Amino acid sequence: MGGRVIRIVLAKTGLDSHDRGVRLVARSLRDSGMEVIYTGLYRTVEEIAQTAIQEDADIVGISMHTGGYQETFPRLRELLDSLGAGDIMVIGGGVIPEKDARSLEKSGAVARFFGPGTSVAVIIQWIQDVMSARK
Amino acid sequence: MFTQELLDKSSLMRKKWEDEVKKVIAKNPDQKPEWSTVSSLPINRIYGPEDIKDMDFEKDIAYPGQFPYLRGNQATGYRGKYWTFRMFAGMGTAVETNKRWHYLLTTGQTGLSTAFDFPTLMGYDTDSPKAKGECGKCGVAIDTIDDFRDLIKGIPLDKITTSMTINPPATALWAMYCASAQEQGIPLTKIGGTIQNDMLKEFIAQKTLMCPPDPSVKLISDTIEFGTKYVPKWNTVSISGYHIREAGATAVQELAFTLRDGMEYVEDVIKRKGLHVDEFAPRLSFFFNSHIDFFEEIAKLRAARRIWAKAMRERYNSQDPRSWWMRFHTQTAGCSLTAQQPYNNVVRTATEALAAVLGGTQSLHTNSLDEVLCLPSDHAVQIALRTQQLIAEETGVANTIDPLAGSYFVEALTNEVEAQAWEYIHKIDEMGGMVAAIEKGFPQMELSDAAYKFQKQIDAGEKIMIGVNKYNVEDEVVDIPIVEIDDSVEVEQLKRLAETKRKRDSRKVAECLKDLAGACKKGENVMPYCIEAVKNYATVQEICDVYREVYGEYRDPGIY
Repeated sequence: MGGRVIRIVLAKTGLDSHDRGVRLVARSLRDSGMEVIYTGLYRTVEEIAQTAIQEDADIVGISMHTGGYQETFPRLRELLDSLGAGDIMVIGGGVIPEKDARSLEKSGAVARFFGPGTSVAVIIQWIQDVMSARK
Repeated sequence: MFTQELLDKSSLMRKKWEDEVKKVIAKNPDQKPEWSTVSSLPINRIYGPEDIKDMDFEKDIAYPGQFPYLRGNQATGYRGKYWTFRMFAGMGTAVETNKRWHYLLTTGQTGLSTAFDFPTLMGYDTDSPKAKGECGKCGVAIDTIDDFRDLIKGIPLDKITTSMTINPPATALWAMYCASAQEQGIPLTKIGGTIQNDMLKEFIAQKTLMCPPDPSVKLISDTIEFGTKYVPKWNTVSISGYHIREAGATAVQELAFTLRDGMEYVEDVIKRKGLHVDEFAPRLSFFFNSHIDFFEEIAKLRAARRIWAKAMRERYNSQDPRSWWMRFHTQTAGCSLTAQQPYNNVVRTATEALAAVLGGTQSLHTNSLDEVLCLPSDHAVQIALRTQQLIAEETGVANTIDPLAGSYFVEALTNEVEAQAWEYIHKIDEMGGMVAAIEKGFPQMELSDAAYKFQKQIDAGEKIMIGVNKYNVEDEVVDIPIVEIDDSVEVEQLKRLAETKRKRDSRKVAECLKDLAGACKKGENVMPYCIEAVKNYATVQEICDVYREVYGEYRDPGIY
């Protein structure tokens, strides 16, 4: 490939403070050679969209372990689209019911939602595959 | 511990055994080269007298109720009373949670434990924009004392102890409890229970964050001082390793950071409040995780009692044996459970609960099999509670106290875990204490490293989680009922909050909050002001907003 390094923004939003998963993923993606920006806890969807655009991210991921995902993901998608950043992909991870994860994927709010027990290798592979398919 | 004669004999016999092992593994090699605990503590093939030869029975082991309390605080063990069966519960509105509590008390549960929803945990009201979509989702929503009265309706506050898992807003929720007891004519000296109220582990692990570390510790010292003077049966802090472990710590890190947090509170109360250690230390309580590595957990819990007893007596010159006792609650490890093949979680939880009991816990929550996926269903909670009852009343493990004492392996492992914990404790001392260590990001990075290492081991198949990296079921369909909280809960709670706000005297509320802010600025104890404020229907958020305003807000640096 030899293209530019994949840039990814990872975020936590709302009041959800479960950050073991997102920090682990951040570190694993960094170790696989990606450029990772982790926002820390309690960011608003607006802040996350802004960060993704400022950081020129290819992908933005939100980790969610509480309710609110039905609003968060569609809003982030819409916000990015309306700010002319339709090319930034949205992914999600965390503990939400399987059927909700699939419906978020179906509606296009997320490109992919990674549920509990997903190996980081699977996430890395998926990102590398979609990024190389884009080229 | 042993005569030289026995040690000599054992040494000869051991040599013989080692030769035999060499012969066997030359033909049949071990299944893997290294054997270690889930925390990667290396474990030997066997332990013998030589592994514990330096122990002194009187100094290091002794009997229950005797220093260093390795074998338990109580002379009678579980014969007088089993551990408290305390299941964490809370969802939806206060009325719904109160119903669940009454149900739990009919099933043989002996203590209550409150799960609050995220807005309450973070000090926001249901009508805050930040709370949208979260009301009642992962616990009960409490905004004002009106909700609190519904929560405890029909619960005899002088008989049942209630634990509240609440941290930054602990003063506000405890004030509601105290005020409600007074309304019912129950004196504060009669009520018993626990507020978690442990902010240091929030900075390290759980991250429900509000104010910076120093004022956070000050508020905790306020509650300890207030409890010491007016609510003597209350545990004003539950110094928690549970969340530290869930965030990825090893067993040793959980133990070391938790105990060092406890020491930080002791030192702060002595310094800031001028109390003598024995005035307040007997009410300090602890909360540990019981993870899947059976013997490591037993060793950790036994070591915890011995370290605390030594620290209290030697570091702080405590004279009162009640200060030397480490009293603790245990919860089985949520992070050991899997979304895959969720019924396997029953077995994991049972094993972890057994370790907690053999480690001498005084109170226990057993996780439900479905907690990886959703709030627990009634049926799943029943299995979890029955797991404890079965361990207590069928298995016979409670017949005798500390049955593993004297085991070469368990004593050697207990010593090892203790020695490694002291190393961390001394390292943090050298950094200037836990607040200083947190400001440097030290415990946070230690956890991050440990979590990362464990995940790598899982990915490489070096550590096993069944259903995740071994014995997976292809295209598994997880078919268990999912409990969901209806969004109508939020609508209902918003109505309740609006009603309370309408009927209260807002001038009086403003006055109370002004007084509270004044107390914060002057460094006075906030508790009397909080009680006055909640009696006048100040909300959880209004009280927390005062703290945010006076002490400032902490922003998570997002270290990874």
